[in-house]
Amino acid sequence: MVGLRIFTVSDHRNETPTIKSMRFKETLIAAPGQFVMVWVPGVDEFPMSVSYAGDRCGITYQIIGEGTKALAMKKPGDKIGMRGPYGRGFSLQGKKLLFVGGGAGMAPLAPLVEMASIKGAAVDLVLGARTREEMLFESRAAVAGARMHLSTDDGSIGFKGLATELAQIVVSKHSFDHMYACGPEKMLVKLLTISTEKGIPMQASLERVMKCGIGICDSCAIDGKHVCRDGPVFNDGDLRKFAELGKSKLDAAGRKIPV
Amino acid sequence: MTNLAVDICGLRMKNPTMLASGVLDETGKSMLMVAKAGAGAIVTKSIGKEPRVGHSGPTIVELPQALLNAMGLPNPGIEAYAAEIAEARAGEIPIIGSVFGGSEEEIAELAKAMQGVGVAAVELNLSCPHAKGYGAEIGSTPEMVEAICRSVKETVTIPVFAKLTPNTSSIASLAKAAEKGGADAVVAINTLKGMVISPEAKMPVLGNRYGGLSGPAIRPIGVRCVYEIYEAVNIPVIGVGGISTGREAVEYIMAGARAVQIGTAIWREGPEVFSKICREIMDFMDEYGYSKVSEMTGVAHHGRT
Repeated sequence: MVGLRIFTVSDHRNETPTIKSMRFKETLIAAPGQFVMVWVPGVDEFPMSVSYAGDRCGITYQIIGEGTKALAMKKPGDKIGMRGPYGRGFSLQGKKLLFVGGGAGMAPLAPLVEMASIKGAAVDLVLGARTREEMLFESRAAVAGARMHLSTDDGSIGFKGLATELAQIVVSKHSFDHMYACGPEKMLVKLLTISTEKGIPMQASLERVMKCGIGICDSCAIDGKHVCRDGPVFNDGDLRKFAELGKSKLDAAGRKIPV
Repeated sequence: MTNLAVDICGLRMKNPTMLASGVLDETGKSMLMVAKAGAGAIVTKSIGKEPRVGHSGPTIVELPQALLNAMGLPNPGIEAYAAEIAEARAGEIPIIGSVFGGSEEEIAELAKAMQGVGVAAVELNLSCPHAKGYGAEIGSTPEMVEAICRSVKETVTIPVFAKLTPNTSSIASLAKAAEKGGADAVVAINTLKGMVISPEAKMPVLGNRYGGLSGPAIRPIGVRCVYEIYEAVNIPVIGVGGISTGREAVEYIMAGARAVQIGTAIWREGPEVFSKICREIMDFMDEYGYSKVSEMTGVAHHGRT
């Protein structure tokens, strides 16, 4: 049963100036990449990837609207609702892995980096952010044993430029047998090109407006597939078939709008 | 030779299953996917004149034998939705356009627009229980149902289906009113109005507080409604509510339905549920010696006076 459960906030902290992590007293068993529908009572409900699974589970989020603003006000001891986990998460494959996380997109990748390291895979992580302060889970990934490659838009740390440009450099120097990515959709489109050119299988987590979370309302449709049920993680075979990837998505009313 | 094909008001369906309105039907490609999965026809999402984002979340509550939803009629508006219908029509099964509106004029206008887009029939949503000013709020008295059906019939030439609410003391009266107003068929039932409260949060869970209950829990109510309607009217009845197996579809058919709609079953079983249900209906017909679906329609009434 993955229906609504009430969770108690145990810890709430700033990861970056715009991104926060909330941990709970309760346990949530979830595979890396799976998501939950988070209910802030009296405000709204929205999808969020699980950034800490198991005991003292947790979510990591950027404040982008009324719902996350209300979530940000919650203190230890406060209660929120969550249902899930839902969807298909990442499937860990290969021994030499390249991870690419853009901005808050690092949230679902962090538990996968940890899992990959524990299983003995070599992990390279390209972590991109606007500025040095906005780097998410840099030390968490480093502690897990990932070889770090940082990029920032303003060059305040690491490579100055896009994470995809840095990823291009990294793949030209090292060989990889699998790529994992989450971040802005334009980034994923470019990484898909790299995956195709280099023949490296890739899995990426997508984001769409999500209402039911259980595969019936069609609000998260992408080319007849559903991010909540068929995804949110898709492999390169599926991603290449998506004509809408990087181009269009649905708004809350179901209108097609540019990505 | 067992044959699943049915004809509803001139709509030729390869089998008696339709996708119920509101499920996987906001986009043309999803409707195509459901067509490919084996549905005999598709009812679109309920479409209004203007784009509408629907209610705030939660929009759904999962229960052991049911879903409670209050999506709030989200839709891109008839103008933008035309492209989705055009795409869905490539699936080569009948597309039935569902519309909702706040007055008989508005509903008639939308039905006309649907006809212009090329749908095979129009379904009037007179029964959504969770949108202020729409659905059941304008479809709960026989007078209104009759007036709306009449006004739509005067406006379009394609078949008109009236989807009725069970949140009434007599759904048979609503069905009679639809028939009197000229509707070509009635669809029963829409969801039952309900509420779930979170004791910890001390408030209703749905953003809209009230929602509509669907799924296995409501099937006996749907079957009873179809049974009552079948005895009250002469126009075809389309049964909907909690069907997820062939036997359950046959229940509705024996109560009087010529075809059935399936929605919530996709939650647990995915779109593959259509081909599964068809296979099971076929197996049942083979075992009990029926060669056509129409031979089963209403047989549960036989032997009664």
